[in-house]
Amino acid sequence: MKIEKRQRDGATILDLQGRITIGEGDVALREAVHAAVGEGATSILLNMGRVRAIDSSGVGELVAAYTTVTNRGGKLRLFSLPSRVLGVLQITQLVTVLDILEDEDEAVASLA
Amino acid sequence: MPEPVQQTIRLSIGSRYENIELVQAVLDETLESLPIDEETGYWMGIALREALTNAIKHGNGLDPEKKVDVCLAVDESGVDITVEDQGSGFDPGAVADPLAPDNLLKTEGRGIFYMRRFMDKIDYDFGADGGTKVRLHKKFGAPGSSAETDQGGANED
Repeated sequence: MKIEKRQRDGATILDLQGRITIGEGDVALREAVHAAVGEGATSILLNMGRVRAIDSSGVGELVAAYTTVTNRGGKLRLFSLPSRVLGVLQITQLVTVLDILEDEDEAVASLA
Repeated sequence: MPEPVQQTIRLSIGSRYENIELVQAVLDETLESLPIDEETGYWMGIALREALTNAIKHGNGLDPEKKVDVCLAVDESGVDITVEDQGSGFDPGAVADPLAPDNLLKTEGRGIFYMRRFMDKIDYDFGADGGTKVRLHKKFGAPGSSAETDQGGANED
């Protein structure tokens, strides 16, 4: 999986591209989130728009990222989820605990 | 579409995550000629990946010397996928419910749930000398698999 980092209005945005699956994207996501937190980021937005697939390991990494950031007093939001990714989170009821926004503008505005 | 051609494909892989891609590719190729729509095939692939992950990680403990045997069998009624590891087995009844409030934020424990959701039937067999065999079944003509929820869920774009 490819991950690019950028800044917008004080938020760190990670643009994810590819699959968040075991042994591949899950590790990349973990490292990217930990690096951002290590650099002092407190508001992290995950752009899921180009995530092609996610498995239970990828879902576990999303949960780990969420707890890593929120336990430090920060905020983590997900936006632009493809329907298959959203569906996987819905059936395990993670949409009730993760902060999921429609698009980037909405996600940035939610941090205000 | 013509009647599905009965076929059986057997693979044996070392316990490495990268080998999951190989098995997924074989499944994708097999499904192309079968009366299974793309959406259902996608979710079958996710279920297969979960079974392989469990076998490689929990069954074989990531020991590359231990094998995972995979069988894809097609007959007139559907597709059977079996994934067998060389581990010490486990109690499916002891697997925690990932939807329990205390488990929602756990980072593991959703793989079997997804397999059950995306396939028509799954069952387990445990060898006398160890090893877990999980069998995933998908019937032709059954309602399509998806991650849609009763609340409306997610529809493919």
